[in-house]
Amino acid sequence: MLAALLIVFREVFEAGLIVGIIMAVTAGVVGRGLWVAGGVAAGVLGACLVALFTDGLSQLFGGDGQELFNAGILAFAVVMLTWHNVWMARHGRQLAAELQAAGEAVVSGSKSLAALAIVVAIAVLREGSEVVLFLYGVAAAQGGASWGMAIGGFVGLILGSLVCLATYLGLITIPTRYLFGVTSTLIAFLAAGLAAQAIAFLQQAGILTALDQTVWNTSWLLSDSSFLGRALHTLIGYVDQPSAMQLIVYTATLVMIATLMKLFSAPARRPQQVSASAKTA
Amino acid sequence: MGMNFSHLRPLAAALALTGAICVAGAGAHAQQSADVSISVKDHQFDPAEVHAPANKALSIAVKNLDKTVMEFESGALRVEKVIPAGGTGVVHVRPLPPGRYEFFDDFHRKTRGHLIVP
Repeated sequence: MLAALLIVFREVFEAGLIVGIIMAVTAGVVGRGLWVAGGVAAGVLGACLVALFTDGLSQLFGGDGQELFNAGILAFAVVMLTWHNVWMARHGRQLAAELQAAGEAVVSGSKSLAALAIVVAIAVLREGSEVVLFLYGVAAAQGGASWGMAIGGFVGLILGSLVCLATYLGLITIPTRYLFGVTSTLIAFLAAGLAAQAIAFLQQAGILTALDQTVWNTSWLLSDSSFLGRALHTLIGYVDQPSAMQLIVYTATLVMIATLMKLFSAPARRPQQVSASAKTA
Repeated sequence: MGMNFSHLRPLAAALALTGAICVAGAGAHAQQSADVSISVKDHQFDPAEVHAPANKALSIAVKNLDKTVMEFESGALRVEKVIPAGGTGVVHVRPLPPGRYEFFDDFHRKTRGHLIVP
């Protein structure tokens, strides 16, 4: 029961951090609850499918199927998160003005919501597939699911969800004028961390072998398998023994996002034009 | 209404290109015999202690002889791979400096082993 609790908690906790951030990022946008819930549901379904097809997936591409799949969906999540940040840089000021006006529906927000819902689905799929595989394996070894496993898994799910809630509640206390900056930064670091993870998978598959030396070893300071280490791993991509290529891609992702945000950010407008464009958008 | 997303087409193209390269690279990436072979039976690594030469990139093949799925994981070696029951997984590891590198089954934490690089 404890094993099920711990593993479910660990994976839900990691997905929960990401979902909590995305819930906070979209606070106030009409219909975002449905989009996020849809992302979670899609992620759960995806996790079951991945677990079901693990055998076949592993054998694809000369045995590199798993690594390529993981690297691929992580890269896709990076693109989605980047798109969100760029979109917010373009429309963020306009969005904030609309949200502050009482009860205005933000139809254009749904474009960014779809991208974020996909990120939620990917996060839930990644962590969920491990949970499904683990629980299935335990059940198979025991000759069937047991109450201990079900209770442990359920408690783990509740505790992990509390992390999601805590992340969300903590973030929405940030005053609105800082919220955009804080969430954009969080999203950028999230994306950089996912990009570095994708690199690790490509290196594991032997597809990417350049610059694979370990740059530093801070496992004495904070191991990435400790509780805090895993939290930082999810939030900012902390790895206690990163490869040079991971660091380069991590930095490049941050630079790319910052550059794209700057390139596409809304030009400064005169006050009378702001209200006119908000109505026509 | 809304912004013109044609700027993102180059991004999409880059992504597609990366994907194509990965697929092509994987196809050309033949499965050679691994440098280190480990099997897992009754939730024990066999052998639990393996050796590898220093400063040479290596591949580790892990054969799962148990009836349940396992996940071969090591923070120090930077690998994480799910291996189905009866399956074999191969992971590639960078050239390693001398040391002791722990690995374990993430789905069954008591199953542990280590790689020694002299």
